[in-house]
Amino acid sequence: MVAYIFRRLGVLGVILMGSSFILYNLAAISADPLADLKLSTDPDRDARILALTRELQLDVPPPLRYFLWLRGVLGVFVGQPNFGTGRDGLAVIDSLALAIPVTLRLVAAATFIAAVLGIMIGIVNGLRQYSRFDYSMTFIAFLLFSLPIFWVAVLLKEYLAISFNNFLREPTIPLNFIIGIGLVTGLFWASVIGGSRKTFWTTYAVAFAASSGLVAVLGKTGWILNPSLGPIVILVLSIGIAFGVTQLSVGLGNKKALGASLTMAGLSVVAFYPANWIFDNYASALNIFLMACVLITTAVFVGLAFSKIDRAPIVRTTIITAVLSAHLVIVDKFMQTWKPYMESDAINFRPVPTVGERNDLLNSPDFWISGLDVITHLFLPTLALTLINFAGYTRYARGTMLEVMNQDYIRTARAKGIPERTVIMRHAFRNTMIPMVAIMVADVAGIIGGAFITESVFAWSGMGTLALQGIRSQDLNLLMGTFFVTATIAVLANFVVDLLYSVADPRIRSGSGA
Amino acid sequence: MARKSKASVESTEVLSGENAIQNKEIEGLSQGQIVRRRFFRHRAAVLSLFTVSSIVLLAFSALDWRLFGTVNVPGWWKWTPEDLPELRYGDCPNDTVGCPTISLRPKFLGGQGIGLGSHPFGQDDIGRDYFSLVMKGTQRSLSVMVVIGSIAATLGIVVGSISGYYRGRIDAVLMRFVDFMITIPVIIIGSVIGYRYGNLGAVFLALLLSLFSWTGLSRLVRGEFLSLREREFVDAARVAGATNKRIIFKHILPNAIGVIIVAVTLLFSSAILLETALSYIGFGVVPPDVSLGLLISQYQDSFTTRPWLFWYPGFFIISIALSMNFIGDGLRDAFDPRQRRRISKKERQESATARKLAQAND
Repeated sequence: MVAYIFRRLGVLGVILMGSSFILYNLAAISADPLADLKLSTDPDRDARILALTRELQLDVPPPLRYFLWLRGVLGVFVGQPNFGTGRDGLAVIDSLALAIPVTLRLVAAATFIAAVLGIMIGIVNGLRQYSRFDYSMTFIAFLLFSLPIFWVAVLLKEYLAISFNNFLREPTIPLNFIIGIGLVTGLFWASVIGGSRKTFWTTYAVAFAASSGLVAVLGKTGWILNPSLGPIVILVLSIGIAFGVTQLSVGLGNKKALGASLTMAGLSVVAFYPANWIFDNYASALNIFLMACVLITTAVFVGLAFSKIDRAPIVRTTIITAVLSAHLVIVDKFMQTWKPYMESDAINFRPVPTVGERNDLLNSPDFWISGLDVITHLFLPTLALTLINFAGYTRYARGTMLEVMNQDYIRTARAKGIPERTVIMRHAFRNTMIPMVAIMVADVAGIIGGAFITESVFAWSGMGTLALQGIRSQDLNLLMGTFFVTATIAVLANFVVDLLYSVADPRIRSGSGA
Repeated sequence: MARKSKASVESTEVLSGENAIQNKEIEGLSQGQIVRRRFFRHRAAVLSLFTVSSIVLLAFSALDWRLFGTVNVPGWWKWTPEDLPELRYGDCPNDTVGCPTISLRPKFLGGQGIGLGSHPFGQDDIGRDYFSLVMKGTQRSLSVMVVIGSIAATLGIVVGSISGYYRGRIDAVLMRFVDFMITIPVIIIGSVIGYRYGNLGAVFLALLLSLFSWTGLSRLVRGEFLSLREREFVDAARVAGATNKRIIFKHILPNAIGVIIVAVTLLFSSAILLETALSYIGFGVVPPDVSLGLLISQYQDSFTTRPWLFWYPGFFIISIALSMNFIGDGLRDAFDPRQRRRISKKERQESATARKLAQAND
């Protein structure tokens, strides 16, 4: 295994060198940093050309200059990486250090949301192949595939940001919107649940009434301006989560798992006030992490206390329930922050921004307000990226699910009389997830390149913007710096996928010899 | 071909009922006929084929053509992108100028009757007819798509088949090169190239971009070749004395064509998105030339006041890309022997009755 890892790492190094060599030469040939100087009428033109030539070592032909650049980059191994200086006089490595977290935040959020939603919908599509739901989701997926992201971005800015901000000035929800929401939600749930015509229409009616009623009540009570969940709603939702998670993971027949999950749901409400006290007084990332640790430990103990045999699935169910209900408490805290956030001078009741990755005027020391600011800024670009990536995940998940459901082991499982829930969740779902995780990891790498346009539309100062700036100002060092970082992340992500696969399937290690 | 008919024979023995219906339909038909039939049954794909053809016809017949630089073929539309008609003031909503005159609501429903009017898609800032601009842009985007698609497809197929068929050192060298290229996001390469060469014309830009878009396809073709070259029919051909060239072109390639065609249609749809994206960030087609992405980027700021400048080019991009995706989907279904049509209840009952009758007769 160790030999395998080292061999793969060696190949990766070669690939990185090869691709950066190609790009370096391409970029060096197509960009001439001296172009604007040559046209200038400055009296000291020649002296400046000479100075720039010496500074950027332009007298060395590009293929050789590449190795000068590479020598700086290889300084990573002795702790002194040198990506050169940009045309703006800043060290490239400093610009990168500012840009990397911005891009990673965007890409991580978008990939996560797109993957979770896409895989869920794709799996339902696979289970309901050739249903009306399947056909309409296929159409939506293809439509999203074909959308140019810059076009979507402009639409989102107009309708979600500007119109929504205008709407907040006078938040009354029009009746046709309420009915529209109800119709769409009803159709969605009815098609997902499926079944006979009678079930279809019953589901439709219930979902319609619930969603349009909810929207209407929220609109009437001014909830949009001052939202919160409160302990009672959290308790109801947590109990729902406990039932849902138990049903999906071990089935409601398992009373011990259900009891443990319900206890955890109850505990999360008991913890509501102390948690909020900590949030108000000692909010920091570290404290929230510590609270998460306490939460998971409690969940493990509750799970163990309830179970005698077959403990692992019960503990797992309890942990999932606990984590999901704890998120409700955090969401509630952010909701409580919404009102002060909107009232602050920098926001002034226009909370959905169209550009930038944070509001520099806000400058609030409050953990929650600045956190909410990051979230509102993430909202539009993440949504745009999610919409585009979501399509791919549904298609992959659907295809994989169909393939898995046709396997012999599924037939065997059914023949043994295992309930359909177990067949799907334990046999089909897990096997579907293997390729999906691989695609997801590889995708993170791909989107870093693809966030290029999204960043430029939403004026985020991330890696994509840096690369564009590098190309526009003929700044070879800047371009190569961004490329090298993104390519390294991409290649390492693929390496991790390979590694996971080779752990799962030893044939890959010995077979290919690569 | 041998592979596919064999597969369907095997599955007949395993399953019955549904397959009996399916197999009856394809009895005595050639592979091409079966594929064509299956494709034409895919309604969305046929509709998409129709859409793409109409857009091509519309875009290329509307404007004047210059054949070989001398002969002028007149288009049916009265304006060209170079004309500067007077900007229409008045009779536009919200005090805007140059709004679209196209009307689809007939007179008896309170509209102005179905008709194009003088500027169906409106006018831009300086009064140029937006319909002719969009048509010109569609022409550009379509030709870029075709050039990138066809050249990249050829390169990908050639490299993939050589490296999959010959394996060994030649495969290692080619695939290592593909690894290098695949690591660089196409949008970065495209921007680097477009920044310098975008002003040399759309077709030249497309030529350069196609040199960097074939890598994914070549991997796919290689994989297909690696598995097909181990099949019995290839051994049989080799034993019969076929040359490598003959085996590649006559035996392996026709069997891989389904996968290839599907990938190529998807390559087309990603090519048009690449071109529009590059033009949008300013590294693709540059003014005074026109492309759909460029139109959107030029007029995105006027979205609130004159949204038509934004909607029409977007509509054409999406229609073309969406249609290509659906055509790809239809082809995938048509070529995949495992894909089955949904059997309606009526057909299933009929076949069950027929089987019972047959058993009774026995």
